[in-house]
Amino acid sequence: MRRFAIALATVATLFLNGCDPEWQTVNQPEITVAGETVLRKGNGAEPQTLDPHRAQGVPEANILRDLYEGLISENPDGTLAPGAATRWEISADGRIYTFYLRKYARWSNGAPLTAEDFVYSLRRGVDPATGSSYAAILSPILHAAAIIEGEVKPESLGVQAIDSHELKITLKSPTRYFLGLLTHTTTYPVYRPSVERFGAAFTQPGNNVSNGAYTLDEWVVASHVTLRRNPRYWDDASTRIDIVKFYGIDDQEAELRRYRAGELDLTSTVPLGQLEWVREHLRDEYRAAPYLGTYYYGLNLTRSPFKNNRALRKALSLAIDRGILVEKVTRGGELAAYGWVPPGIANYSGQALAYAEWSRSRQIKLARRLYRMAGYSRARPLRLEIRYNTSDAHETIAVVIASQWREVLGVHTTLVNEEWKVFLQNVQRRRVTQVYRAAWIGDYNDAYTFAELLHSRFGLNGTGYANPRYDRLLSQAAGEGDQQQRRTLLQQAERVLLADHALIPLYFYVNKRLLKPYIKGYRDNVMDHHYTKNLRIEVPTRTGARRD
Amino acid sequence: MLGYALSRATAAIPTLFLLVTLAFFLIRLAPGGPFDNERQLSPAIEANLQQRYHLDEPLLQQYGRYLWGIARGDFGPSFQYPDLTVTQLIAAGFPVSFTLGGCAMTLALIVGVLLGAIAAINQNGIVDYGVMTVAMLGISMPSFVLAPLLILWLAVYLGWLPAGGLESWRHFVLPVITLAAAQIAFIARLTRGSLIEVLSAQFIRTARAKGLPMHVIFLRHAAPAALAPVVSYLGPATAGIITGSVVIETIFGIPGLGRHFVNGALNRDYTLVLGVVLFYGLLVIVLNLVVDLLYAWLDPRVKY
Repeated sequence: MRRFAIALATVATLFLNGCDPEWQTVNQPEITVAGETVLRKGNGAEPQTLDPHRAQGVPEANILRDLYEGLISENPDGTLAPGAATRWEISADGRIYTFYLRKYARWSNGAPLTAEDFVYSLRRGVDPATGSSYAAILSPILHAAAIIEGEVKPESLGVQAIDSHELKITLKSPTRYFLGLLTHTTTYPVYRPSVERFGAAFTQPGNNVSNGAYTLDEWVVASHVTLRRNPRYWDDASTRIDIVKFYGIDDQEAELRRYRAGELDLTSTVPLGQLEWVREHLRDEYRAAPYLGTYYYGLNLTRSPFKNNRALRKALSLAIDRGILVEKVTRGGELAAYGWVPPGIANYSGQALAYAEWSRSRQIKLARRLYRMAGYSRARPLRLEIRYNTSDAHETIAVVIASQWREVLGVHTTLVNEEWKVFLQNVQRRRVTQVYRAAWIGDYNDAYTFAELLHSRFGLNGTGYANPRYDRLLSQAAGEGDQQQRRTLLQQAERVLLADHALIPLYFYVNKRLLKPYIKGYRDNVMDHHYTKNLRIEVPTRTGARRD
Repeated sequence: MLGYALSRATAAIPTLFLLVTLAFFLIRLAPGGPFDNERQLSPAIEANLQQRYHLDEPLLQQYGRYLWGIARGDFGPSFQYPDLTVTQLIAAGFPVSFTLGGCAMTLALIVGVLLGAIAAINQNGIVDYGVMTVAMLGISMPSFVLAPLLILWLAVYLGWLPAGGLESWRHFVLPVITLAAAQIAFIARLTRGSLIEVLSAQFIRTARAKGLPMHVIFLRHAAPAALAPVVSYLGPATAGIITGSVVIETIFGIPGLGRHFVNGALNRDYTLVLGVVLFYGLLVIVLNLVVDLLYAWLDPRVKY
């Protein structure tokens, strides 16, 4: 018996050691101090880095927008606002931008924020040694493209500090969306002494120095990131929320449950399967707003059956009833897409396929005729594979489209579910892929961010679309200073793309989320950028105590 | 016993070496790489990244470099989290997984043994059937069903406990219960079966014939013998519970090691996956050794 008791005690001690609450003091986030207001955001996936020049996902950008401030910032409605720069001048030829920085802007450690910081940071962004996935977004700046390709040194970038508070940026050619581009995280400044001292670890709490409305307080990987208001921020007096916590919750259902349990103040999304329930029970807290994104099916144009077969591509596009897709499948208020550039984009109005307004029977009739013209029939059906990365939503959409193709044309479709990395590799190699699901989210509020995806030399052009006329229109638009003319060129390009049926647009995204009624200052915007400094909480019980 | 422990520890080295070797080459066979992304990198940037992570070297050289690294305790930088090293990620995630698994196993052991004993003593009675029915339910109900149900009842509707995250001891309650549920059922069934067998053994009959009171027979003679199978189950079960709690970690948003393992594999984070595989391998070996030593301590017939 004694042996048994000792053995049991040993086992119990071994396990209970793990229950020792001591480690929790290491991992436990800051408990709200009396008088401080806390905002708890569901932030989708876990951020992979907090280096603004290496970040590539939406979750990272959400956090970085609070931590850092670029030359240009945004108002709650998404319009541009002065950021680190109070004002700017654009030369008559549209190529030289001169920014005047705030005299009293400071880093979170009290050091002055200077034009040199921006020179260093923009060079770092394009330097191949940094390994930035978004470096190409800085291509409008003089010599940026050559630096990214490793042909010239980062020091040759067209960025110059005239004095400590005056920054000159020279562009390759006039770029209408350049100011909007400067809200992107890749253009944010980083604190050079910190980067040089800590290397990749400069993003860690304790090492990190930032210039935004918040500073990094804690990062518990796979759990949450905590930011605390930056008292040295130039507009700290207007900041209302003291602490903001970003919870990385991959599982959308789990995020919804935590929101319902009162542990989150806003969510990153709403799971597809719960939309009906949410609309019924949380109607006042549900927000759906247009978002700069297009969900589409890419077609591999470099191989049979789509190579040189426009009739077939058009037939497949015509056979899809996008109305059913958005009303019965996605159901979040998405818009059926008959064009490539989503609505709501600045200085642009999207183009649409000619048959967008046709009756369904007329669309089907033409689809069948084109299908026959392409050499297929019920007796000799087309056999296709749709590839998509693992997701219930993608699968449901693929099932619906496959059934529509079968019903309208008699196409035999096989659904191929692939793990993300395998899927990406297959799309990029263009060997086995025929039809693939894809989506494109705008990086900045300009039609060019959508147009460039289909440029023959753009690395992510998975379809292999290469139309010299399209490329030429894009090049002309890129160098065009006149807004009206530029819009016309981009619209022409979109019409060319749609007429070629290089891809099948399916729907335009909406941004879906839940938001507690006590969050004020929140405004819907197409970029879905929501700076915490613009938000406030108006509920007396939320101040000074945590409510869980 | 010390000699036995040492020999087991020595035997673990080739096992771990084999494990690392297999894992190293198997993960490289998976299609796609760590830098395949929606944003394609320029060749110069990709070359720089390849160089930074030594992916531009021949595979055997990379393998040698990796072995040399782990010999020095360096698991390398993570591909998925470029700001962090694998050692940092394991150091942050393991205490969480261990605490969760440890608490769940302790709870499972206490409740499981108790229920099993009650069932065995009341063999074929209503209590026995009741306990075993509950145990069967515990085994049958997957954690991804039980966890959302518990969250809905106890967190969303009643508001007694948090629905997710890990910021205080209260956050542990639901995940520990969920993880322990299936183990309680297993341990209860094991204890019951084993105890019934032991209670009908000759040495128990002798003890009864000698006129010993029932509680003495049970606690001094029957229980230690009956628990031997439970103890041998504990090693692999504990390793499994610590390493296999990925579903629980995802549902409750717990920053443990399991999610790193799965996400690392999906993102082709070679170093993170290898680090976690090696760490898990070591954990399984150590826990099995502890159980074997405990087994010898419990059962006088077992000698090493």
